[in-house]
Amino acid sequence: MSAEGFPAQGLYDSRFEHDACGVGFVVNIKGSRSHKIIEQALTVLINIDHRGARGCEPDTGDGAGILLQIPHKFFIKNAGCKLPAVGEYGVGMIFMPLDPKQRAACKKHVEDIVAEEGQTVLGWREVPTWNGNIGASALKCEPYMMQLFIGKSANITDEMAFERKLYVIRKRSEDDIRFGKKFAGGDVFYFTSLSCRTIVYKGMLTPQQVGTYFPELHDEDLDTAIALVHSRFSTNTFPSWERAHPNRYLIHNGEINTIRGNVNWMRTRESMYESKTFGDDLKKVLPVVHEDGSDSAMFDNALEFMHLAGRPLPLAMMMMIPEPWQNHEGMSKERKAFYEYHSCLMEPWDGPASIAFTDGTMVGAVLDRNGLRPSRYYVLKDDVVVMASEVGVLDIPNDMVEYKGRLKPGCMLLIDTAEGRIIDDEEIKAKYANEKPYGEWLEKYLISLDELPDPPTIHAPDHDNVLQRQQVFGFSYEDIRQILIPMASDGVEPVGAMGIDSPLAVLANEPQLLFNYFKQLFAQVTNPPIDGIRELIVTATNTLIGSEGNLLHPEPMNCRQVEVKSPVLTNEELEKLRHIDKPGFASITIPILYDVNGGGKSLEAALDGIFTAVDEAIANGTNIIILSDRNVSAEKAPIPSLLATAGLHHHLIRTGKRTHVGLVVESGEPREVHHFALLIGYGASAVNPYMVYESIDDMIRNGILKTTKYEKGVYNYSKAAVKGISKTMTKMGISTIQSYCGAQIFEALGVNKTVIEKYFTHTPSRIGGIGLDIIAEEVRRRHVHGFPTRSAISPLSEGGHYQWRADGEIHMYNPESIYVFQTAVRNGDYGLFKKFAKMMDEPGSRPINLRGLMKFKKSNPIPIDEVESVESICKRFKTGAMSYGSISQEAHESLAIAMNRIGGKSNTGEGGENPSRFIPDANGDSRCSAIKQVASGRFGVTLEYLVNAKEIQIKMAQGAKPGEGGQLPGAKVYPWVAKTRYTTPGVGLISPPPHHDIYSIEDLAELIHDLKNANRDARISVKLVAEVGVGTIAAGVAKGHADVILISGYDGGTGSSPRSSIRHAGLPWELGLADTHQTLVLNNLRDRVVLETDGKLMTGRDVVIAALLGAEEYGFATLPLIALGCVMMRVCSLDTCPVGVATQNKELRKCFKGDPQHVVNMMYYIAQSAREIMAELGFRTINEMIGRSDLLELTDALEHWKANTVNLDAILYRPEESDEVGVCCMVPQEHGIENSLDVKKLLDICKPAIENGEKVRAELNISNVNRVVGTITGSEIARKYGREGLPEDTIQIKFNGSAGQSFGAFIPKGMTLELEGDSNDYIGKGLSGGKIIVYPPAGIVAEDNIVIGNVAFYGATSGEAYIRGIAGERFCVRNSGVNAVVESVGDHGCEYMTGGRVAVLGPTGRNFAAGMSGGIAYIYDKDGTFSNHCNTQMVEIEGLLPDDLVELKTMIENHLKYTGSDIAKAILDDWNNTSTKFVRVMPIDYKRMLAVMDKMREAGLSGDDAVMAAFENNKRDLSRVGGN
Amino acid sequence: MAKPTGFLEFEREIPTDESPLARVNNWDEFHHHLPEEKLLNQAARCMDCGIPFCHSGIMLEGMTSGCPLNNLIPEWNDLIYRGLWKMAIERLLKTNNFPEFTGRVCPAPCEGSCTLGLNNPAVTIKNIEVSIVERAFAEGWIKPNLPQLRTGKKVAVVGSGPAGLAAADQLNQAGHTVTVFERADRIGGLLMYGIPNMKLDKQAVVQRRVDIMAAEGITFRTSTEVGKDYPSELLLKEFDAVVLCGGATKPRDLKIEGRDLNGIYFAVDFLSQNTKCLLDDGGEQVRADGKDVIIIGGGDTGTDCVATSLRHGCKSQIQFEIMPMPSLERTSDNPWPQWPRTLKVDYGQEESIAEYGRDPREYCITTKKFIGDENGNVKELHTMRVEWMKDDNGRLYPREIRGSEQVWPAQLVLIAMGFLGPEDKVLIDLGVTRDQRSNAQANYGEYSTNVPGVFAAGDMRRGQSLVVWAIREGRDAAREVDKYLMGSSEL
Repeated sequence: MSAEGFPAQGLYDSRFEHDACGVGFVVNIKGSRSHKIIEQALTVLINIDHRGARGCEPDTGDGAGILLQIPHKFFIKNAGCKLPAVGEYGVGMIFMPLDPKQRAACKKHVEDIVAEEGQTVLGWREVPTWNGNIGASALKCEPYMMQLFIGKSANITDEMAFERKLYVIRKRSEDDIRFGKKFAGGDVFYFTSLSCRTIVYKGMLTPQQVGTYFPELHDEDLDTAIALVHSRFSTNTFPSWERAHPNRYLIHNGEINTIRGNVNWMRTRESMYESKTFGDDLKKVLPVVHEDGSDSAMFDNALEFMHLAGRPLPLAMMMMIPEPWQNHEGMSKERKAFYEYHSCLMEPWDGPASIAFTDGTMVGAVLDRNGLRPSRYYVLKDDVVVMASEVGVLDIPNDMVEYKGRLKPGCMLLIDTAEGRIIDDEEIKAKYANEKPYGEWLEKYLISLDELPDPPTIHAPDHDNVLQRQQVFGFSYEDIRQILIPMASDGVEPVGAMGIDSPLAVLANEPQLLFNYFKQLFAQVTNPPIDGIRELIVTATNTLIGSEGNLLHPEPMNCRQVEVKSPVLTNEELEKLRHIDKPGFASITIPILYDVNGGGKSLEAALDGIFTAVDEAIANGTNIIILSDRNVSAEKAPIPSLLATAGLHHHLIRTGKRTHVGLVVESGEPREVHHFALLIGYGASAVNPYMVYESIDDMIRNGILKTTKYEKGVYNYSKAAVKGISKTMTKMGISTIQSYCGAQIFEALGVNKTVIEKYFTHTPSRIGGIGLDIIAEEVRRRHVHGFPTRSAISPLSEGGHYQWRADGEIHMYNPESIYVFQTAVRNGDYGLFKKFAKMMDEPGSRPINLRGLMKFKKSNPIPIDEVESVESICKRFKTGAMSYGSISQEAHESLAIAMNRIGGKSNTGEGGENPSRFIPDANGDSRCSAIKQVASGRFGVTLEYLVNAKEIQIKMAQGAKPGEGGQLPGAKVYPWVAKTRYTTPGVGLISPPPHHDIYSIEDLAELIHDLKNANRDARISVKLVAEVGVGTIAAGVAKGHADVILISGYDGGTGSSPRSSIRHAGLPWELGLADTHQTLVLNNLRDRVVLETDGKLMTGRDVVIAALLGAEEYGFATLPLIALGCVMMRVCSLDTCPVGVATQNKELRKCFKGDPQHVVNMMYYIAQSAREIMAELGFRTINEMIGRSDLLELTDALEHWKANTVNLDAILYRPEESDEVGVCCMVPQEHGIENSLDVKKLLDICKPAIENGEKVRAELNISNVNRVVGTITGSEIARKYGREGLPEDTIQIKFNGSAGQSFGAFIPKGMTLELEGDSNDYIGKGLSGGKIIVYPPAGIVAEDNIVIGNVAFYGATSGEAYIRGIAGERFCVRNSGVNAVVESVGDHGCEYMTGGRVAVLGPTGRNFAAGMSGGIAYIYDKDGTFSNHCNTQMVEIEGLLPDDLVELKTMIENHLKYTGSDIAKAILDDWNNTSTKFVRVMPIDYKRMLAVMDKMREAGLSGDDAVMAAFENNKRDLSRVGGN
Repeated sequence: MAKPTGFLEFEREIPTDESPLARVNNWDEFHHHLPEEKLLNQAARCMDCGIPFCHSGIMLEGMTSGCPLNNLIPEWNDLIYRGLWKMAIERLLKTNNFPEFTGRVCPAPCEGSCTLGLNNPAVTIKNIEVSIVERAFAEGWIKPNLPQLRTGKKVAVVGSGPAGLAAADQLNQAGHTVTVFERADRIGGLLMYGIPNMKLDKQAVVQRRVDIMAAEGITFRTSTEVGKDYPSELLLKEFDAVVLCGGATKPRDLKIEGRDLNGIYFAVDFLSQNTKCLLDDGGEQVRADGKDVIIIGGGDTGTDCVATSLRHGCKSQIQFEIMPMPSLERTSDNPWPQWPRTLKVDYGQEESIAEYGRDPREYCITTKKFIGDENGNVKELHTMRVEWMKDDNGRLYPREIRGSEQVWPAQLVLIAMGFLGPEDKVLIDLGVTRDQRSNAQANYGEYSTNVPGVFAAGDMRRGQSLVVWAIREGRDAAREVDKYLMGSSEL
């Protein structure tokens, strides 16, 4: 164990580790202490074991622990020293070095500090531990456990003051011993806790080991009223004892996405801190946040500090994780004011979080604003509250339960053991909201930008020299046409298709904007991206400009800031700020220009000058800094705005002045969404892109923007930009621009260390790259176009990034390469293919990608006959995931046939597959895709689909637009596409950004497990996209039992995506793959998984390099499409593909000229060319090559002016491999299927049904560790009976208890599962015809209690569900065919639903029906408030029609019949009255489409003809709203 | 792309020409313009491809595919659809100095590689190009632009064909003082005297451009043949750099029996005399009136001879082509985006068909000898038919078919068999190294010869080629000259 964690090496860096977990607590409301609480808590811990993980050994856990109140009774007996009364002493639990001498030195130093702080060391205790069952890697770094008892000095009177003193002692000890590097073994030294109130027992343990490692936890004398437990799932296996939870105040399940920004802001606020409570001690505890900790630990640091400085714990939590208040329709004025005021003090710590916290008296729990983690609780009749990530974690008799609840998004549950009661969310928040007159303060001091007086002057567009300045700022005609026109005329971010095949910025020949060197990070696996459009209620785009006050003391003036609604400022808004004349504000405009002829030196000097100027301005009281590049001239060129902004931001962080000022950027440079995201991400509060506005004016003048007025153009542009920024941050799971500001969620690619350290501090940058000299040279090359010395200023250059242009950047796909390649595969001409390969592999002195910089080292060649055969290599080949719908049937089936012919694998993509393809063709070909993809939309994912897979791929992200969802516009949902997707023709379809059953790594493990249950023969693959840290994510995925991990490059991608995502999100696969391979090897996880890569793989050389960097399987997507005739039109989104590949248009499909044989030829050629290289290198098999990066080196033939700054050492790093560590897949994953209830019991019970269709009845007990119950049994039915399944109710099984996650997932027709009790998340996931019935045991009022968890019936395609009681969030998300009845639902009900019927017999949460494009929901709107909770972007709320009433009544009658529901009975008893209270939620597009279909049938058409006619008719209808 | 579905909605349409029988009575241009609203629809057919093959200008199987000038075709198609003519001409002039020439005489390899051509008739790129530039002239948007400043460097351009003019234009705009040497009495080279007036109007189009360039400060020295009227060596003394754009003017001859007879001419001589007489309103020239005319060579020049002799009022006309008749559609060995080797009926053949009721072309035919009359005038041609065979290396060669002898009466024979290479004089005078094909040795993209300060471009460097290639080479050579003179170039 070391303070820095596992040392960084190659591409691995411990700061990219993630963790997630299960959390729980048990508390006695009245504060009554008992040992039982501990035992119960330990049981909870064991029952959430499956949410934690194991390392490379089964007996090494990722960490687990428990937090208790100080067990005074126990310590009196066992401390070994005399103790004063409770509260009069503090206890420290310390990890110490094993070496006695080292330990003694540590002890001595701590004692000195205690003395210096005026307290008394009462004694030390060696904590008995038993390590007999812990794993080798945990053992290797096991610390020595000691407890320290510190007596309170007499002059401290209150407990908080003593707690603060202990904090000072801890901080000082840690600073000296752990971080000071002066103590041998000091890096082990760590306080799990030091408090007079609480104590933490934890370690690198499995949940079961906590109780055995610390035997005293079972001591009857050990008692508490509060126990928090935590089981950790880390994305790596590197030993770490201290990263286990609980932290000192909290346990956390989730991830803080904005951590980098939060930590920077905390750091810079330190200079503003003044604290009466800390007084002079304050400086001893700085810095507050220690950056070696995990995100949770850093959060804990900040929370602890604020709490000790005098903020009540719940209030501090409200500041750090505010609920989404901006767009809340029902929140009180006072509470909004509270949040708004506090937003002036601190930005949200944003990300998925279920946090439980305690100060030893109060216990609370909060959920993030999105409700992305589950938290369920039972309140028991004996005053005990049990909260955990799941229900059923404690075996509690039904009659003990008072009620069952769940934590709602943004809500807080608080138990005050001193007051002896539960305080609900409303009460706590009202208390703090009313404490101070926040509303009045805001009224008085917070200024809205709109309210500022009109400025004296506004910059008018200057038409005469607009071209000159466009040239200086590097505008191209492509920018105008592809970026500005769509944004200014339609208010949308432009889309493109087919990925990117032009060089990385650092390899590009044309001068690049500095923005292009930065890649956006995005959420995958460890946290979810969110949907900023459909879940608008959680996002906020306002920002604040001005000085921040002292975080520790809320005073009225603290909110003296200017509120800006959108971070993209118009010229007028900027002038308002510039001329602000209000007390408390002063602005200054600082030019960001430099002498263009002075190169990098002059650039650096100019930056330093800016910093000095700002320092002076701040000293003079200025608090709004406007960085401006308006006055460019022949001599003065603009400093790249990003460099100036980020540089100043970090300069001010270093000087501690950052929070004194707001940064505003006035620059001609930014024009794309990515540019704004970067400027904000590196500290700008607002940006004025004046050259965009000037260009809009110019475009209107010259007529290219015809129908738009200037103001409207500016408005549209800004709207599109803000929408895009919002999308960029939601990709990372961040909801507010305020917390995105300064969060620097980017990786630099091709920028050198010097520049990064000084101007972009802490930004990952792993391949070296350009410095200030080249940055300046790029500016100069643009500048000269604006100020030519001899000729006239030429028209804008054509660009050539999005579309190939002869004078633009080189593209891999260009007229010649496409011609040569297509001719080769069509004519079966390997020689010509070699010519193509040569064009790809040796693009002369202009490398396009990282592998273009590599060359093979000389090796010992072998004869080619000795090398593995072409056929054998082809088995490792796959085609990319392209949905049927995005490409035509002809193209989709050709790929499948080709891959089946060569023994490779094709991929369905996310649109399902027509079941006719599961049966082989007469000629022996098979159109069945071997890989069945499961994406967030779950389109077409039925059990039959899954059992027909050889591999099931979970798409976590895709290269073209990682972190984003997708849309298939209604006009492309042709009848046949709709059919395989189980949706309605002509109605747009939305794939959500996240999988709603994967918000975290343990969720992914669950889905892997679910799918493995659905098809035990299939490999489960997880598709990730390369980004910094993908290696550690992959390690987590390997621990989550994926069989295959695919690392996709950013450059791949065939579908349509926003342009900024195609180019700027994600990384080349070379980096991601190398990172993953290295990390897996370092973790000894590599041998469990097959590693696959894709992303513009073109040739045998690419395959060999991928193998040497660690990949065993290889995917191709664009290239096979080219083989089938694609000519890179890049209009996939428009349904106008002229070669019949990416279109559904029947006329265009006739133009398809592809043949599976062309793809077969291509694959053979790639394999053959790989073999030739293998022979050269002396490898007989692919397996021998895996990870042999030592055979690659940087090419020495680089003359490119930028490429020669690149350093590939980290990519080519080969971790030292010991004999025990496998470097390719050698052992199968342990999926634990054999322990399932299905294998153990259900399969036997259901045998008569499966084999002979006989009826089966049974009753069984169930608990939360029984997960995915019924799925294996269902899969046997699906294999045998296909999608028809068995007759209804053939199998009927009743369960009693709390069902584990994914109860009844994917079960087919003929299976009915009845549950008396309650269930956890994902019940009925992917339901494929089965029936699920849930009701609580007698004695519980169903409609007041939660019975099923979150995300029920996600992606279900058919079947029935009857839920008596309340469901959690996102009930029936993406339902496409299930009929479900439920009595109340949480937030986001029926989200993205496309079919089926849902009846809700009670209240709904917020944002009901967001993104719902099909199906109908019936809501019993008793009090007429439903419309407040419904998102009507795509639906209408209306009365029921007679047909609806018949249908609804039947559903409710069934509900009564199956569940005995009181509500159902009451409704039916008074049907004449109650039926009028129902409203129906009807998607607008769906309704119109149904109407058109009716009309067509009336007109005499029938069947498919009617549908097709309706589709065509609808397509022409311009009023379509959805899916556009 | 303003209209993504344009290609699905509109059929290809080009303006109808003046009717053949009417137009053969004069020497005027015979293309009409499409009305604006129709032209917009044609522009809308452009698919704005991710890879616009039309714009590529690459060599596939020895033939040009896409525009050698890399004209920004999708961009101006889009602009025309939007009715933005002025922006369109800006984008067009960005890559092409003389769209009024290429829009008239280019065989349009752009259209041959238009992606729409995969399944549909190509976009009418050439017609749109000429419409843009003529609109621009009509609107007065094209007028002399004087360079910002003069560098004081002097550059000589030898030859005033498309390459020479393009080089001169570029160099002048870069501030150099340019003198163009032309041995003929008028500027334009092949543009002036090679291509007949009905294809490219000498006064209204060629001279219009020359006048603008003169107004921009370029000195044109006509009737000055370097190496004869002006010593080659003086170039290097009087100028800082020289660009040789003398073309590939040596015609390929047919050295068979009877070649010395009267009445056998090189097409280029025939055509240039004709144009000169037209422009001078008289003069000495070979006429075809009342004669049986045989044109040997099936290329564009041959076609020009067909049209010219027809206008003279010849009695009959036949055009020999040694290659087989191309198919109507692309064959499998000639896929898109290769230059389509399909049967084209050009204006000359069209007129001939109208006049005589048959296509004048004879395929797979080779002339064995000319027979003269007693006065030494050609009387008849003896020919053989050939069939095309593959040799051991897979190369095609013509094999004469036994017994296929034919005799063709003719009083005028025009040899239009292409050109061999540049004339020697200047190159020898200056000591410029030659390549295997006798062209001036200078690498594509560099254009510098072995003699410092001497550059070569166009057909003189490349060998016989298209006008667009000549403009391309002239432009690029100018950039290299500029670099040579100034150290860097803004061209």
